Amino acid sequence: MLRSIFRRDNEKPSVNTSAAVELRKTALNSVHRRLGAKMVNFGGWDMPLEYSGIIAEHQAVRTRAGLFDVSHMGELEIRGPGALQLLQWVSCNNAAKLNVGQAHYSGLMTSRGTFVDDLLVHKISDTHYLLCVNAGNQDGDFQHIVANNKFDAGLENAGSRYSQLAIQGPHAAEILQKLTPAPLDTIRYYHFTFGKVGGVDCLIARTGYTGEDGFEIYFAPEYSDKLWTDLMQAGESAGMIPCGLGARNTLRLEAGMCLYGHEIDDTTTPWEAGLAWICKMEKAPFLGSDTLAQQKQAGLPRKLIGFEMLDKRIGRDGYPVLITGHEAGRVTSGCPAPFLKKNIGMAYVPSNENTVGAEIEIGIRGQAAPARIVALPFYKRPQ
Amino acid sequence: MYPADYRYTKDHEWIKVQGDIGTIGITDYAQQELGDVVFVDAPKVGAKLAPGKSFGSVESVKAVSEIYSPVSGEVTETNPLLVDTPEKINTDPHSAAWLIKLKLADPKEVASLMDAAAYEAYIAEQTKEHSA
Repeated sequence: MLRSIFRRDNEKPSVNTSAAVELRKTALNSVHRRLGAKMVNFGGWDMPLEYSGIIAEHQAVRTRAGLFDVSHMGELEIRGPGALQLLQWVSCNNAAKLNVGQAHYSGLMTSRGTFVDDLLVHKISDTHYLLCVNAGNQDGDFQHIVANNKFDAGLENAGSRYSQLAIQGPHAAEILQKLTPAPLDTIRYYHFTFGKVGGVDCLIARTGYTGEDGFEIYFAPEYSDKLWTDLMQAGESAGMIPCGLGARNTLRLEAGMCLYGHEIDDTTTPWEAGLAWICKMEKAPFLGSDTLAQQKQAGLPRKLIGFEMLDKRIGRDGYPVLITGHEAGRVTSGCPAPFLKKNIGMAYVPSNENTVGAEIEIGIRGQAAPARIVALPFYKRPQ
Repeated sequence: MYPADYRYTKDHEWIKVQGDIGTIGITDYAQQELGDVVFVDAPKVGAKLAPGKSFGSVESVKAVSEIYSPVSGEVTETNPLLVDTPEKINTDPHSAAWLIKLKLADPKEVASLMDAAAYEAYIAEQTKEHSA
């Protein structure tokens, strides 16, 4: 066995590990290793996959709290009088609607209306935006925005200036509140403030990638050890545990959230990915808006669906989706859902075959396993 | 850790022989690498196995791993415990969480597999490569 296990998702198999390019490390790399984390190459970064186990970490976030080092995520900053115009041109959500202290989810678009990346846009002021982007896409995103900067905005590829920690779960607010004078109950979902955490200057955002309440804090990397230690200590009595990228993936999938390179990439449009809610045609023209308008009118070739398996087998990333015996698409992400205790996944299918409730099959090592199309998200937290 | 009376493969299966019956499972190293096991796809009783041929899979949350037979033979039993509690592989991989039993076609085949000392040296080498 084990011949295939070191090839983890989002990662091309590397043939000769000793000759592989040196992996990038977050400021907390030695902390993860001291904690005995199983490490994995994720988008060129040496990151913790799991500490105590994906299932235990997943359940901790659903029922208590979890702490994630997500310092591999990239940060880009756009400044100046042209900042909003540039953002409006390269991204599909309507940044003009953001208030200072508000954030939203958006897509960085190609001229074909497909995704260069997905990202969070934070409005710091009328002339200053902070973008949080995927680790592996950061440099490409930066170049793409620079190439489209006909608005004379100031651009900074700022990833090395930030560490980022995510505190996620129903107890996240009470844990973080122990360390900060910022009134967290006044920060609404997808809003942020600047404040001290453990005496360290942070951007404190009520955002996350788990489907739970929680916060993502951004700060200077030299304080990483201190904030990790302070947070773990503050969270101990509430049962917070460190969580890796394994649980981050199962949590986001249960919550029906897209992952770049899986549900979305430079061949998929927001319409196909079920992300019409972040694609605001009223602000057109923007990059790709012509193609997006055409596709909206002509109809979609395919749509993203959620499915659950009807037996114990697991339909995983890349497996074929069979409809009446024929291959109709591919699974984009699939895994056990530890909280729901089902095996779930997302996949693209022809848009006339995406009816919720319809039975489909997933091809698993040459056998057809029954599955059913279900509504997304799979999991919604109790309000 | 690794029972002295078992034999081991480079793919991290173990086999314990009693008479002409072999019991096969995956090693503690394998379960650690896999993480939380959630599903075992076992062969049917009567299936004929050959050395190096995949006879099923063990799946964790994150990964799916084929299992290869160390030797030739015919499956006589699969472990009923793993149908509803596959996670036993994480806690008792060398004993209660065996995968299959088979009637050996040629008991001499087992002699070519690693003994416990050789296997421990082998995984020490693997671990070194991964941390390099």
